Amino acid sequence: MAMTRKTRRLTLIGVVGVVLAAAMGLVLYAMSGQIALFKTPTDVATTGAEPGQRLRLGGLVKEGTVRRGDDATVTFEVTDTVNAVQVTYSGLLPDLFREGQGVVTEGMLDAAGVFRADTVLAKHDENYMPKEVVDSLKAQGVWEGDGAAMPSTRDPAPTDAAAPAATPAAEPARLTN
Amino acid sequence: MVAEIGHFALVLALALALVQSVMPIVGARRGDPALMAAASPIATAQLAFVGLSFAALTYAYLVSDFSVANVYENSHSLKPLIYKITGVWGNHEGSMLLWVLILALFGWSVAAFGQNLPASLKANVLGVQGWITVAFLGFILATSNPFARLSPAPFEGQDLNPILQDIGLAIHPPLLYLGYVGFSISFAFAVAALIEGRIDAAWARWVRPWTLAAWVFLTAGIAMGSYWAYYELGWGGWWFWDPVENASFMPWLAGTALLHSAVVMEKRNALKIWTVLLAILTFSLSLLGTFLVRSGVLTSVHAFATDPARGVFILAILCVFIGGGLSLFALRASQLSQGGVFAPVSREGALVFNNIILTASCATVLVGTLYPLVLEALTGEKISVGAPFFNLTFGPLMIPLMLAVPFGPYLAWKRGDLLGASQRLMAAFAAAIAAALMAWYLTEGGPVLAVLGIGLAAWLIVGAISELVSRARFADVGLAIGWRRLAGLPRSAYGTAVAHAGLGVMILGIVGVTSLQVENILVMKQGQTATIGRYEVTFDSAETRRGPNYTELVAHMTARKDGVVVAKMDPAKRLYTARQMPTTEASIVTHGVSQLYVTLGEESERTDQLVVRMFDKPLVTLIWIGALVMMAGGILSLSDRRLRVGAPTPARHTPAAPVAAE
Repeated sequence: MAMTRKTRRLTLIGVVGVVLAAAMGLVLYAMSGQIALFKTPTDVATTGAEPGQRLRLGGLVKEGTVRRGDDATVTFEVTDTVNAVQVTYSGLLPDLFREGQGVVTEGMLDAAGVFRADTVLAKHDENYMPKEVVDSLKAQGVWEGDGAAMPSTRDPAPTDAAAPAATPAAEPARLTN
Repeated sequence: MVAEIGHFALVLALALALVQSVMPIVGARRGDPALMAAASPIATAQLAFVGLSFAALTYAYLVSDFSVANVYENSHSLKPLIYKITGVWGNHEGSMLLWVLILALFGWSVAAFGQNLPASLKANVLGVQGWITVAFLGFILATSNPFARLSPAPFEGQDLNPILQDIGLAIHPPLLYLGYVGFSISFAFAVAALIEGRIDAAWARWVRPWTLAAWVFLTAGIAMGSYWAYYELGWGGWWFWDPVENASFMPWLAGTALLHSAVVMEKRNALKIWTVLLAILTFSLSLLGTFLVRSGVLTSVHAFATDPARGVFILAILCVFIGGGLSLFALRASQLSQGGVFAPVSREGALVFNNIILTASCATVLVGTLYPLVLEALTGEKISVGAPFFNLTFGPLMIPLMLAVPFGPYLAWKRGDLLGASQRLMAAFAAAIAAALMAWYLTEGGPVLAVLGIGLAAWLIVGAISELVSRARFADVGLAIGWRRLAGLPRSAYGTAVAHAGLGVMILGIVGVTSLQVENILVMKQGQTATIGRYEVTFDSAETRRGPNYTELVAHMTARKDGVVVAKMDPAKRLYTARQMPTTEASIVTHGVSQLYVTLGEESERTDQLVVRMFDKPLVTLIWIGALVMMAGGILSLSDRRLRVGAPTPARHTPAAPVAAE
């Protein structure tokens, strides 16, 4: 009945091994199917994407394209000023969703090339854009500069009242740390 | 002037922290009692100076001194008083100051309550606390000075982010920091043990209450944050697996593991090395959380806006403390003696199983949180790891742990009887089956997840309670003595049972809202009635109102259940004028433990119709009630005589472990 020290150790190693293997397996499995790649409308237009592949599509909401049907479905176009992709979304848009502003949508393309989003994230505050969108706009050469976003703390421009310099991210925001 | 006093106090506190980080440790090396004893008054003075600094910043907020940049950026003269105060920590600089204030508070508590700690251990612990304080005070003074002045002083402030103008901000960050920073004590004790190369049960008896206290605060902070996000954001979600949430959840998982391994160490003098490692890792994850939130590496939905210098500074702190802690561990851990042996099936074995699962699941959360960052840094490819990933990895790992939880307290130390434990858990098993069948019947053969999950919750709750009852041995000793036995059980036994039952309650809430929630998004016209789950909601009218610093569109609705009016609801869409920022104000009706949750969508051109999103959320409040019950368990355990801070006497080396007590 009594186990030797060695058997005890082997049992422990066995259990640790099984749990770690299970964790690794789950991580690898989830990585293969549940991770969304970030693409810009130009990526989608040039290289395309398989329908059913989970994507994050980021860019600007094209002016004059937001339409809400009688049910709760919204359609709009996401553009990087070169190409645009039609997006449909059933749900409420975030508070800071506006035409001409940065947006990240997550979902998948359908066979017709329409992006069916299940998540829409808008910019966080007046000057904030999702980082991916900034990077891709810079890559497209259409970014309009960082200067506007951050007035120096020591050199304020009180007239520029709408510029929160060091605010916690606003929307959708929660101060978790 | 007040701001300058605050700034100066902070500099003085840094100077004191520098002394504290060297003198006591040198004293412990040389065995010099005077040098060691100096640590306590220094820690006290440090608290006084950091407190003074915090008070100075609060004063600047109260009087709306917009010449202080931090106040200008985050306050407004018309803001209600309570938000002027909470606004102090509603921003990066101020919240960092709160972080350090809490750190100083914990340092002072060790000094004040640790009179019967061995002098050298106390000196080393306070020395290590000093290192942490130096790092973070240095960080504040070098990169995030909350007292920076503006000239000329602006006439009016920019107001606090409207989402933060909520009672949630008053409570959530302080609780969370008490948790995060509380783990610094466990870390300091671990590093002190490594410096001394000596560790015993008295050490564990000291570490456990601090860890438990930090854990209670962190549980409260996370639960509070979850509820705040739930009602304030208007998304109806209670957990998003957002990187910043994960940043607080990882220390919680590691801290929970630490809590359990410290029990083994205290009772059985085993798992010493592992406990020390876990203490280092837990605080490292707290630091990692601070880094992730404040460095700007994350595109989180709620990270602080930052500048790169801060990120580099925190990264340096992170490397020094994690790297240093782990190197010290690698060098010295072999000097710590290994403790008692135990069979795989035993209380120790069960607690080890708990530790394995918790650390493995913590590792999957870490992988999911950091993988996108690493991948982008290495390949430039941008990916997003979201809720589906975490649900798929974290969820399955938790199931064996949940199944095992009720067994733990039934197993004896050293060698347990699995068969006997199973027999005594028959009642809980029967309850689980009954609950599952009832769920199946009530949901009319509803989702499998609901049926199994509710069974699992019943297993945990009844399993925890039955353990207490079986200890009273009603069957053997009769009702009267049984009651007396039950009442005489140590508080820590109640703590365990209550915390485990709380876990069951929380799972009940999670399962209920995940599998049985009904959501409906629709365009409603005035006078229209819509059915949502068990309720009917009528849109009566809409109006535009003005608040102190916002304007809002309010919809008046009536919720009915089976034709009976349950509540009047008034969801709103607000526009905060100072920042031109819109927010969604959800209207939530609590009905039993369930909630009806209604929000308004974006405004359309037509005023007689609105986009409305409604949820019927069965059992949802149990998520947070469960967290409260878990906290209550922690507090009960903390109030156990054995753990009462200051109670243990290090002179007694082998604590007699009376069978009745465990």
